[in-house]
Amino acid sequence: MLVANAEKRVRFIQGNEACAEAALAAGVRFYAGYPITPSSEIAEILSVRLPKVNGTFMQMEDEIASMSAILGASLVGVKTMTATSGPGFSLMQELIGFACLCEIPCVIVNVQRGGPSTGLPTSPAQSDAMQSRWGTHGDHPIIVLCPSSVKETYDLTVQAINLAESLRNPVILLSDEIVAHMYEKIELPELKDLKLLERPKPQKDFAGKYLPYATHRPTEVPRIANFGEGFHFNVTGLIHDVDGFPTNNPEKTDLLLRRLHKKIDSRAREICFTESENLEDASAILCSYGATARSAARAAKEARKKGMKVGLLKLKTLWPFADFIFEELGQHIKTIIVCEMNLGQILREVERVAKGRFKVIGVNTSRGTLITPQEILKKIEEVS
Amino acid sequence: MKKLVEIKQYLRLEKFPHLWCAGCGHGIILQSFLRAVLDLGIEQDKLVVASGIGCSSRAVGYLNFDSLHTAHGRAIPFATGIKMAKPELTLVALVGDGDIAAIGGNHFIHACRRNIDITVVVFNNYNYGMTGGQNSPTTRADDYTATTPYGNIERPFDLCTLAQAAGATYIARSTTYHALALPKLIADGISHHGFSLIEVITGCPTYYGKLNKMDNGVKMLEWQRDHAVNLKQYQTLSEQEKERKFVIGLLHCAEKPEYTDEYLKLIQKAQA
Repeated sequence: MLVANAEKRVRFIQGNEACAEAALAAGVRFYAGYPITPSSEIAEILSVRLPKVNGTFMQMEDEIASMSAILGASLVGVKTMTATSGPGFSLMQELIGFACLCEIPCVIVNVQRGGPSTGLPTSPAQSDAMQSRWGTHGDHPIIVLCPSSVKETYDLTVQAINLAESLRNPVILLSDEIVAHMYEKIELPELKDLKLLERPKPQKDFAGKYLPYATHRPTEVPRIANFGEGFHFNVTGLIHDVDGFPTNNPEKTDLLLRRLHKKIDSRAREICFTESENLEDASAILCSYGATARSAARAAKEARKKGMKVGLLKLKTLWPFADFIFEELGQHIKTIIVCEMNLGQILREVERVAKGRFKVIGVNTSRGTLITPQEILKKIEEVS
Repeated sequence: MKKLVEIKQYLRLEKFPHLWCAGCGHGIILQSFLRAVLDLGIEQDKLVVASGIGCSSRAVGYLNFDSLHTAHGRAIPFATGIKMAKPELTLVALVGDGDIAAIGGNHFIHACRRNIDITVVVFNNYNYGMTGGQNSPTTRADDYTATTPYGNIERPFDLCTLAQAAGATYIARSTTYHALALPKLIADGISHHGFSLIEVITGCPTYYGKLNKMDNGVKMLEWQRDHAVNLKQYQTLSEQEKERKFVIGLLHCAEKPEYTDEYLKLIQKAQA
């Protein structure tokens, strides 16, 4: 059990522990989950800590129940989270769509392991990059954040909670087995220094004429009331009108689905977190995310030592995809090398945004081990 | 008993007419539920109704409470989340037999096991009405449905026995024919501190009835009248007679630790 030194600000902890600490600091007070490797530490830590802050920890009968419970709790106004890995993430998909359509804030942590199926339970992978975007059926907006260190796990967990609450949308924190179990020293921020965002609330005197999905502008986030406070509103997974009741009117359906997408897409520049190094004079850049971004950073450094003009672009937000970052890359960049522990998922997305301006190649593995800096360096040498 | 007209305050009258077929029993259950709410005098703002998917689950859209129409089979775990986050709310799940016995069966037995203070009213019409009358886990043996054209070779679940074995602490069964007895059974279930199940046998003349020689609502009510017996009558029947009958009334009531109470104690322990 990893709950030592809860008082200390400077800590030597693993990614999963940073995730749990960040959730507590950002105000998550309801967690429901089902045990699964390599995410279980998050549940174990929260089972100790949540009751100490009057929060709820529940181990449910499966991941579907876990998603259901956090959505129910979120509807009474509580910040909620669940954590899982590949097989459990697959089971959650239907209700992730429910949360998107009903605009219920929640955070889903997926600590990626090797798949498909039961796959490699204790080994890392990044093969849920596309499932995190398209796992649930139907057109839907989603936000996916992807940490590559313990510190980033902390920071992006806080961001995930902030974005979920302020945008009324599910947010997925896409970690991986390496980042989750890796120990690093981090300094936890003071609670007073954390910038926390809350969900938009209706005025109390709206009761009786409250419209849970009404907006003045198409990009506005509609205000969400709490169950149990007299608003008597309806939530349904059917396509609904601004009053929350089912409709199959084609115009209203189109309006709703486009509004849901605009809500996220119009904020892409605020949501898409990236980090870059040495792009100014680079002829080739390494594009990576999660644990693999660490190997890419090392490979870029080694390449520079050898006199090769290599830059690094780390994606901390996978979805919405940072199209504008690629569109704004200079013409001096000839090649983008996408490094990821899957057989080419974000690679195709980069090919799409490159629109033929850059040569796009991948360093891809799906064997349950980290891509090494040497493997990436070898690819850089091949193409330079 | 208060005047029936008073249940109007709990209805979203602008949403009527409802979508249920002529002869469907679901309206009788809805009315009985609202009579129970009226008799108990539950504060309207503090009652949350949750449902799953199917004909029965459309009930919540007509009710002037905070209402939640979840995914198929998930009413109970959504209700669990709400109840745990705000235990002072009264949670009632209005669900169908497909919801509770098939796709949501796992949630059902685990909620019974936790004995969490949620009341579940099952609209059991022995088939999936919304999708055209396919067989469900409560379809009676040998009966015909859209997907058992040669007769049902499966044995049905007895939801009440299942709930009792799983740990539920209030269990009752009634029918839409026994409508006058239903409000009190539901009211007692809501008042009971723990997991309550009220199974209501209801008619689906459009599909189930039509395929089983009961093609209108009256015939389905008559069938309920002829097959429901109280516990005393049931005990006098032969084994062969018992097979086609079912018991109505209060079947089980017990006091056991309730989940939100136990969680409160856990919080005190964690903070000690």
